[in-house]
Amino acid sequence: MREPGTGNGPLIDIRIDEQDFEAGVWLAQLEALGGGAVASFTGIVRGDDGLLAMQLDHYPAMTQAQVSRIVQQAQERWPLLGIVVIHRVGALQPGERIVFVGTASSHRAAALESCAFLIDWLKSAAPFWKKEVYADGRARWVEAKAEDEDARDRWILDQDRA
Amino acid sequence: MAQLDILYFAWVREAIGKDSETIVHPGAGTTIAMLVAQMSGQGSGYAEAFARPDKLRAALDQNFVPLDTALDGARELALFPPVTGG
Repeated sequence: MREPGTGNGPLIDIRIDEQDFEAGVWLAQLEALGGGAVASFTGIVRGDDGLLAMQLDHYPAMTQAQVSRIVQQAQERWPLLGIVVIHRVGALQPGERIVFVGTASSHRAAALESCAFLIDWLKSAAPFWKKEVYADGRARWVEAKAEDEDARDRWILDQDRA
Repeated sequence: MAQLDILYFAWVREAIGKDSETIVHPGAGTTIAMLVAQMSGQGSGYAEAFARPDKLRAALDQNFVPLDTALDGARELALFPPVTGG
């Protein structure tokens, strides 16, 4: 388990790998920052329609940098004491944890809103691709949903719109 | 002569049958869309992968860009479907 950052500045921890994680361990680290408000989202692989496994593909050279950019945007937008983003890649089975976002702040709204912002942008602005493998042998790449892009775009500030 | 590395992901990779290749850089003024149109003629896998430009997304030197972006001096182009993380 990675140690939380020391010294000044917020705790920022981004992990993109195959390792499982314990959300509670990360929540405890965010709680220890003393801000008084911690929000989190944990995504779990659904077992709908006989799903056997989920394969998470990504663009290794770009993923970390792109997630860092998204995290930086959250930092610029909300007063945050800590941000943890964990996104697993590789083969995952139904019921397994796939993604975790945790935020800590002195303000409840900042913690909640930045957490929602981060998961919305992770879904449609970071280079991950999901492939579903079914018990009957079918396999298909998950198609991007317009509603996910809408969820991302609701965070675009009016003055930034073209 | 300058080269361009091209990376493929998800079903683009599966259709083309390889995860990357290196080509002679087609020139700074060439857009991604122009290059993709040229490559569509290289065989059935490319034609399949690039049949629906509206389903294709791109990154130049690891930054997302629209397909009408010129390659300029980029060294790495990635072609892939819309992302589905989270």
